[in-house]
Amino acid sequence: MDLQAIAFYLLSAVIVVSALAVISARNPVHSVLFLITAFFSAAGLFVLLGAEFLAMLLVIVYVGAVAVLFLFVVMMLDVDFAALKEGFARYLPLGALVAGALVIEMTVVAVAVARHGAAAASSGPMTTTPGVTNAETIGRVLYTDYVYYFQAAGLVLLVAMIGAIVLTLKHRTGVRRQSIADQVGRTPAKGMRVVQIKSGEGIAP
Amino acid sequence: MSGVGLAHYLTVAAILFTIGVFGIFVNRKNVIVILMSIELILLAVNINLVAFSAFLHDVTGQIFAMIVLTVAAAEAAVGLAILVTFFRNRGDIAVDDASVMKG
Repeated sequence: MDLQAIAFYLLSAVIVVSALAVISARNPVHSVLFLITAFFSAAGLFVLLGAEFLAMLLVIVYVGAVAVLFLFVVMMLDVDFAALKEGFARYLPLGALVAGALVIEMTVVAVAVARHGAAAASSGPMTTTPGVTNAETIGRVLYTDYVYYFQAAGLVLLVAMIGAIVLTLKHRTGVRRQSIADQVGRTPAKGMRVVQIKSGEGIAP
Repeated sequence: MSGVGLAHYLTVAAILFTIGVFGIFVNRKNVIVILMSIELILLAVNINLVAFSAFLHDVTGQIFAMIVLTVAAAEAAVGLAILVTFFRNRGDIAVDDASVMKG
């Protein structure tokens, strides 16, 4: 067994174990941390396959942005998570049945595709072309053949950003805010009033 | 040629996909874990795409994986925003009895 195979089996075992921990952890914060572990191991698998750019993208986008977003939301919500766990045992048998059937079917299909499909004659994972890095290869294809998909992905992100802001922004009424224009435009005439008071009398309201 | 072939990667992706589906089954109330299960499913899809891209010597699969990554990030952002709004309105995130959006 060579080094690559050892790395593959180690990373795969970590992915499967941490994915199981994600769905079965009692504390959602632990779920998020196991999700981060799974993404890191998947990035390792991508490196083994020769897709370094996507591996780094996975670490930056998922661990740096999505997992932190999950962590913020989990910590912000004040929810009794033990109560949300109560259906677990009830749905376990049916879920295990469906999952077992699914994994057997998909593995059979995967082995058949690998043996007889288009990749059957493959000589192994893509080795890097001399002088061209993985990122450069992706860039050459992404900015030419798939430039419209690239722009559409940007639009999807823009719409998601606007949607998230619209959904969560809340204008509270009754809050006094600083109005700089009013402060700058303040004149002595607007700000104070000179009152002549006759001696012996109070100030009329 | 090493002992790890395309079938190995596809099997890992299949197991990961199944764990994601299983997570949606057993955590019906906890919408945060459901969102995380969806992330696991999309990760399995990405592993499939990258494995085929590497073994077919065609970089297009990695482009598709990038687009899936984009959609997954957008989905997580909007899903969590809906979750925060839902929690603000109801003070709870149990989704098995959430039917206020019913037409």
